[in-house]
Amino acid sequence: MNEQVQAVQTAPAKPETAPRDAARARRDFPIFSRRVHDRPLVFLDSAASAQKPGAVIDAVRHCYEAEYANVHRGVYWLSERATEAFEGVRKTVAGFINAASEREIVFVRGTTEAINLIAHSFGRYSLEAGDEIVISAMEHHSNIVPWQILRDEIGVKLIIAPINDDGELMMEAFAELLGPRTKLVAITHVSNALGSIVDVGEIVRLAHEAGARVLIDGAQAVPHLGVDVRELDCDFYAFSGHKLYGPSAIGVLYAKAELLESMPPYQSGGDMILSVSFDKTEYNAIPYKFEAGTPNIAGTIGLGAAIDYVGALGLPAIAAHEQDLLDYATARLKEIDGLRLIGTARDKASVVSFTLADVHAHDIGTVLDRQGIAVRTGHHCALPVMERFGVPATVRASFGLYNTRDDVDALIGGLAKVREIFG
Amino acid sequence: MSELRDLYQEVILDHYRRPRNFGKSPLCNRQANGHNPLCGDKLTIYLLVKDGTVEEVTFDGAGCAISVASASLMTEMLKGLSVADARALFERFQGAMTGSGDGVDSLEDLDKLAVLSGVREFPVRVKCATLAWHTFRAALDDSDDTVVTE
Repeated sequence: MNEQVQAVQTAPAKPETAPRDAARARRDFPIFSRRVHDRPLVFLDSAASAQKPGAVIDAVRHCYEAEYANVHRGVYWLSERATEAFEGVRKTVAGFINAASEREIVFVRGTTEAINLIAHSFGRYSLEAGDEIVISAMEHHSNIVPWQILRDEIGVKLIIAPINDDGELMMEAFAELLGPRTKLVAITHVSNALGSIVDVGEIVRLAHEAGARVLIDGAQAVPHLGVDVRELDCDFYAFSGHKLYGPSAIGVLYAKAELLESMPPYQSGGDMILSVSFDKTEYNAIPYKFEAGTPNIAGTIGLGAAIDYVGALGLPAIAAHEQDLLDYATARLKEIDGLRLIGTARDKASVVSFTLADVHAHDIGTVLDRQGIAVRTGHHCALPVMERFGVPATVRASFGLYNTRDDVDALIGGLAKVREIFG
Repeated sequence: MSELRDLYQEVILDHYRRPRNFGKSPLCNRQANGHNPLCGDKLTIYLLVKDGTVEEVTFDGAGCAISVASASLMTEMLKGLSVADARALFERFQGAMTGSGDGVDSLEDLDKLAVLSGVREFPVRVKCATLAWHTFRAALDDSDDTVVTE
């Protein structure tokens, strides 16, 4: 695609060399050439949204400069080119998560829209009063609120699977919640607030035994773990492009073809129809039935470039590098007096959530910001998690493929400054 | 980095650690809730208003250093003021913090509230400083709606 990807492709994907690779990959991200508050940028908020490599920025630019027209419309050359590139990304996505067919890939705005699509389409038409939906105690608000709305609309029951003090899903308790009325399990693959990795393979096995469908919120998982939807055998899998180094407002809903076939449309309009008369409308085939209106064309092209970029680097190498950062950060944070880690699951993605003595997270965030360090502070759109751990807010540092141990050291130094100011 | 020192002055940290007039007043006859969704700060302001005078002001809740210190300082400033003067002080503080209003006041003219002047260098934190004040005004009006900073 371009020389940046070429450069990383030649890098050996061994864990022990990962940090060096990261230092090289970091140069692929133009934003790191800028300074914040006259300091080098230390970006530790990739779990909220990741920075973009040149390959993605170039792809979006190329789309607009050379290959832009509406898709699925024109007979003219440019529209054909745009459609080809756009549909090519659908194939790329299908390959990335090992879907059986690109017909199972629905483009959406992001994980949130994917979950809403399932709630509106599958939920409203397949579930009835008294049916049960099981979610976990560590869901993002986007995997809570759509089900609450559905509960209020049609009378399904919402059941919450507990987590333990380390922030791990309690699998036995989860299994006990499944019953004949369980129709859907909607669960996160990786907790955004705690970093906990959920054994979703086991979840799917247990849920299917109980006859329930499974929706996995993979927003935090796809940038870190290799996801194979056929091996998982999940029914639905949702993720966002922007956390995967791609553009914002483009995401993916994977669903098994037979489910998509049976589900009614979510939104309606152009592109999702075969024919329209005032008497009757015939819907388009899947996945187009779920893609009303002109899609995020350039965003989709950018997502394709992001997947190619991550693929070239290799998710195993990225995961090994991030694991190293997680281990290093965890060890260094534990040395700090008064620091409490929130989320200490054995299997974790590269997220460290913490509180520091009696200093409010928001104040820590401000002090760190002035040192060029970007962290997320607050409730991370997971208020029930905050309540579970009895804290109003935490500081969350999350690592991407471009972070290095130097970034961790900067964070530790920044926290020393917090202690200096707050005594 | 000096602006951090200006933000987190000793007085601020002292009011954060040892907030004055903290806790629900048993005498209160008006109250209101305030919420800053960005950082999760939640405050309740309790007032005893009698014969047109703010006789008692207390608060409780949890928040960042700026919002707690601002609430604490506010209770000290408001106690004993007439309702009209208290409302006027709200306007002056709000105007000085946000640079709106007539612009005749600077925070430095507002007595002990001057310690909050450093907050103006941190635009996203101004709402932390004004949360208690907006909540106070809602309490004066005896509003049931939670004040939410947007």
